[in-house]
Amino acid sequence: MHMSDDLNAFREEARQWIGENFPESLKGKGIGMEESGEDLGADLDRWRERLAARGWGAPTWPVEYGGGGLSQSQARAINQELVAAGAFNHIPMITGMGITMVGPTLLDYGTDDQKARHLPGIASGEIRWCLGLSEPNAGSDLASLSTKAVDAGDHFVLNGQKIWTSGANISQWCGAVVRTDPNKPKRDGISFVMLPMDQEGVETRPIRLIAGASPFCETFFNDAIAEKRDLLGPLNEGWTVVKRLLQHERQSQTGSGMASSGAKPTPIQELAKGYVGTDADGALADADLRTRITRHLMDAKAHGLTIARITAEAKGNVEVSAAASILKNSATIVAQTKAELTLELMGAQGLGWEGEAFTDQELGTVREWLGGKAMSIYGGSFEVQNNIISKNILGLPETTQKG
Amino acid sequence: MAALTEEQSMLKDQASAWATEQAPVQKFREMRDSGAAEGFTPATWESMVDMGWTGILIPEAYGGSDLGYLTFGVVLEQLGRQLTASPLFASALVGASAVILGGSDGQKQQLLPKVVDGSEILTLAVDDGPRHAPAAIAMKAERTGDGFSLSGTKHFVVEGMTATTLIVAARTGGASGSMDGLSLFLVPGDAPGLSRARLATVDSRGYANVTFDGVSVGADALLGEADQGGVLLDAVLDRARAGLGAEMLGTAAQAFDMTLEYLKTREQFGRVIGSFQALGHRAAGLFTQMELARSCAEAALQAIDADTDDVAQMCSLSKARVGDFLHEMSNQLIQIHGGIGMTDEFDAGFYLKRARVLEALYGNQAFHRDRYARLLGF
Repeated sequence: MHMSDDLNAFREEARQWIGENFPESLKGKGIGMEESGEDLGADLDRWRERLAARGWGAPTWPVEYGGGGLSQSQARAINQELVAAGAFNHIPMITGMGITMVGPTLLDYGTDDQKARHLPGIASGEIRWCLGLSEPNAGSDLASLSTKAVDAGDHFVLNGQKIWTSGANISQWCGAVVRTDPNKPKRDGISFVMLPMDQEGVETRPIRLIAGASPFCETFFNDAIAEKRDLLGPLNEGWTVVKRLLQHERQSQTGSGMASSGAKPTPIQELAKGYVGTDADGALADADLRTRITRHLMDAKAHGLTIARITAEAKGNVEVSAAASILKNSATIVAQTKAELTLELMGAQGLGWEGEAFTDQELGTVREWLGGKAMSIYGGSFEVQNNIISKNILGLPETTQKG
Repeated sequence: MAALTEEQSMLKDQASAWATEQAPVQKFREMRDSGAAEGFTPATWESMVDMGWTGILIPEAYGGSDLGYLTFGVVLEQLGRQLTASPLFASALVGASAVILGGSDGQKQQLLPKVVDGSEILTLAVDDGPRHAPAAIAMKAERTGDGFSLSGTKHFVVEGMTATTLIVAARTGGASGSMDGLSLFLVPGDAPGLSRARLATVDSRGYANVTFDGVSVGADALLGEADQGGVLLDAVLDRARAGLGAEMLGTAAQAFDMTLEYLKTREQFGRVIGSFQALGHRAAGLFTQMELARSCAEAALQAIDADTDDVAQMCSLSKARVGDFLHEMSNQLIQIHGGIGMTDEFDAGFYLKRARVLEALYGNQAFHRDRYARLLGF
């Protein structure tokens, strides 16, 4: 088939370009490398510029908005070639919610003016976005949010508090869901606005989590201003926009995303052999742990095969699929189980908080284990995903709404 | 489903329509009630032969259509949904695979056309005891002047009552515990010294313990090379396991559909029981498991068709992962149907009983998890 020949040619071209342009100093590194004490800033920024110039920060977005104008299959090929070369695309990571959620939703609902003003800065990795969704009293039940936006002519005035705004303290822009009509039923009086973070009426406070420092913040709006031209979707129809945004979020949490790190982790079974030892036949000495690691590896394989299968069935178009809830829950189980097993196989070495007595890998495992508990809470909790599956996919009756 | 070819989609529709209309669970019930020793309805089997399903794997030179394992799996999944009983799996998948992979031209010429036209029913006789453990085979094939003499008993031989030729795994060398030193033999079902004892099993199909009391075969009965049968046996077993993965998926998917339908129609406390979140979430969890299981089942069949180097891993993954889902799904089928699920008049029990047999055949979940770990080097 000549379609796959085309893809192979594209892949070959991608491989060559990566080989010629990816800085050797970044090979095998990943995001978070600034913490390792190496100063890779200049090379990292050079690599970002090269990716952006080619439109590979957001390969599937239209070229006119800074994307690559490529198909899903081509984007996947780029991703695979990056991984194979020990390279990465860090633009999704450094734009916060920009590439994964805000951009795709802008493409779905934005005006030409909004797309032209906001998308290029995301695609080039220069503008970081956060999202003001949850509130202290609106978590899983997001539609009960109470942050108000009042019409003041050419702009809205915002008052209220958002929570879990990831990266709010380092973002330039925020997409927020706000109540624009308190008299309508709760889902009908909501709008989606975009506003710059660098203004007097916006204050952010980082939140310390069980794993220590975190990217999450509380964000306070005290007469913050959002221009009317930055209202995304029609007034009071923000719930539709949010639902689409959350679909993009689930999609980004299915484990089918982009290569953000060039580092190849040690397989858990090899790690286990090192800590636990093997018997005369080469089997892991702890038979119970061996079985549970095997179950986990099978779950992980099944998850990967399911992403591949759903992609193949959709002939490459899986921007937003009904399967996202399934994949998000499956990805969560795989990641959380892996963290628990890794902690367990390390024994007492898997229980350190800080200090010389533990390796970086051991300490990292602990923090990942703790941080990973959020996976089944954010982006619609494990239980909310099950509500979505039972109602939207299986057609069972609604269980969360009154009456 | 995987992205199917047009041919596979047509076959899927054909198999689904035929199984639902011509060989539904009701037919299986009638067969069980009749106590038929063969464990299937001959007319049902003849229809399958007429539709050409016996030739799906067999090269065109021997009268088949050579469509591959994913295609065979598409059919088995539909048959699994209706619990359609027949020798299709044992003969046209397991037996045919052994002959295709290990047979000489003469053996292929002699057997494969007859598998296609249904005049031969092949089966694999592998285990010496009640648990699947091919490396533990101790049954001996002693070398005689111009051939071999087989003595011992093979347990739980699938279609053991009706098979016309048995593919018997026996030891010509090596020690029990090793796959080295095994050989495979083609033994006619009417060979002197061969006797069958029918097993009445929970799934009401045609299994037998087959005893070989000094059964003599010629050197030409050897399938593949002497002492080298372990590799061939492993390959045949993996194809069997991938086929079972597809059938198990179909059986579990039907159990899921029956359960979902019941959740939407059964009313208690003045509302359909599917409106209770405890049951909605259970259904969501089962559906998630089903999607994951389907990926494993299809990937194993595709790996065989593409002859990748991870066939053994993928087949163990399929057998274990689909087996886990079928196990849970068959239990939930009964649980969610409540009292009606316990009655023989309702079909749920058939699915539960069949599930445990499918799980055990050619290695249960524990067997395949252990094998998967060994293949990954731990």
